[in-house]
Amino acid sequence: MNINATLIAQAIMFAIFVWFCMRFIWPPIVGALEARKKQIADGLAAADRGKHELELAAKRASESMHEAKMKASEIIAQAEKRSAQIVDEAKNAAKAEGDRMLAAAKAEMDQEVFRAREQLRGQVAALVVAGAEKVLRREVDAKAHADLLEAVKNEL
Amino acid sequence: MAAEAPTSTEYIKHHLQNLTYGKLPAGYQRHDGETLQAETWTLAHSPAEAKDMGFMAFNVDTLGVSLVLGVLFLFLFRRVAKSASTAVPTGGQNFVEWIIEFIDSSVRGSFTGRNSMVAPLALTIFIWIFMMNFMDLVPIDWLPKLAAWLSGDPHLFFKVVPTTDPNATFGMSISVFLLVLYYSVKMKGVGGFVGELTLQPFGKFGLPFNLFLEGVNLIAKPVSLALRLFGNMYAGEMIFILIALMGGAWAGFSVGNATLFGSQILLSLGWGIFHILIVTLQAFIFMTLTIVYLDMAHQEHH
Repeated sequence: MNINATLIAQAIMFAIFVWFCMRFIWPPIVGALEARKKQIADGLAAADRGKHELELAAKRASESMHEAKMKASEIIAQAEKRSAQIVDEAKNAAKAEGDRMLAAAKAEMDQEVFRAREQLRGQVAALVVAGAEKVLRREVDAKAHADLLEAVKNEL
Repeated sequence: MAAEAPTSTEYIKHHLQNLTYGKLPAGYQRHDGETLQAETWTLAHSPAEAKDMGFMAFNVDTLGVSLVLGVLFLFLFRRVAKSASTAVPTGGQNFVEWIIEFIDSSVRGSFTGRNSMVAPLALTIFIWIFMMNFMDLVPIDWLPKLAAWLSGDPHLFFKVVPTTDPNATFGMSISVFLLVLYYSVKMKGVGGFVGELTLQPFGKFGLPFNLFLEGVNLIAKPVSLALRLFGNMYAGEMIFILIALMGGAWAGFSVGNATLFGSQILLSLGWGIFHILIVTLQAFIFMTLTIVYLDMAHQEHH
C-alpha cells in the first residue's frame, strides 16, 4: 500500500480512456439515440396525422353516402310523381276521346234526325200540294197559280 | 499453498501486497538474504522491499488489471458505437444504450453548464470503476493462483482489485481534481477563482480564515473521492479474505472443519451479493461526485 509512480501511470491511463471515450464512443451512440428519438417522435406524429385523416375520410364518406341516399329518394319521388302524372294524362286523354266520340255520334244522330225531318217535310209538302191539286184541279190553273203554289211549298 | 500452509497473518499480508516493480539500490539486502551488487530494477519479494523502492515503482498488478479492464470497456463500447444505428437495438446495443442513457440523465440532472467532456468522463469513471470493483467478486484466490502458476513463482504477490490500491483511486481523483482546477480558472479567471477561495464566507477581513476553510474544502474533494472508494473496496476485500480463511483452516474432516467450510460458503455468498450493491454504489458515487465537483467549478457563485 505504498503511494508510488503507479499513481501517475493510472492518471495517464485514465486520461487516455476518457479521451478515447469522448472521441469514439460517446458521440456516435448519443447521436444514434437522438436520431432514433426523433424518428420515433416523427412516427408518432405521422400516426396521429393518419388517424386524423382517417376520421376526416370516414366523415366525408358518411356525408356522401347520406347525400346519395337523399338523391336516390328524391329520384324515386320524382319518378312516382311522374308516373302518377302519366296515368292522369292517359286518363284525361281517354276521357276526352270518349267525349269527342260521344259528341260525334250525337252530331251524326242530329243530322240524321234533321235529314229525316227535311225528307218528311218535303213529302208532307208534296202530299199537301197533291191534295190541294186534287181539290183545286178545276178551278186552279196550275200555270196561273204556279208561283203561289211554289210559295206555299217553301213555307212548308 | 498446500506445501507450506501459511498462517492466517501470512495469508492476509500476502493478499494485501501489490506486485511491485521498482529499483533497489546497490548494497541492498534482499528478503532472501542476498545483497545486491548494483542498482537493480526488479519485482519486490516482500512488503519491506516494495516500501524501500520509494516512489519510482510500479504496481504491476494494479496497472495490468485496470488496463485490461479499461481496454475491455473501450472495446465493448466501441464495437457498439461503430454499429450504432437508429434501427431497433438488439442485445449488446440495448445494454450499452441503457447505460449511456442512465449516465446522460445523471449528467443532465447534476451538471448545469455546457461541456461535452463531462458525460464521457462520467461514463468512463462509472464503467471502469465498476469493472475494477467487480474483480472483488472473482473468488479471492483464483487470479493470484493463476498469476503465480503462469509466472512459476508460488509466492508471487498479486492483488486483483485495482481499487484496493490507493494509487488507482488517487490517480483518478487527482485527475478529476486537476480538471476541477482547470475549469475553475477557465470559467472564473484566476482572479475569480482566487476570490472564491479567499473572499468568502466572511468577506475580505476574514481572509486567512476564508482561505483555510475554502482550502480544506478544496483539498477534501480529491482526498475524499479517493479514500471513500479505496476504503470501501479495501474493507470489502478484507472481509472476503477473512471469510476465505475459514475454509482455509481445513485440516482433515471433522465437525468443526465442516461447519467452518459451510459457513465460508454461506458467508461469501451473502457478502458477495451484498458487495454487488457496494461495487455499483461506489462507482456511482464517484461518478456523481465528479459531476457535482465539475458543476461547481463551472458556476460563478456557489
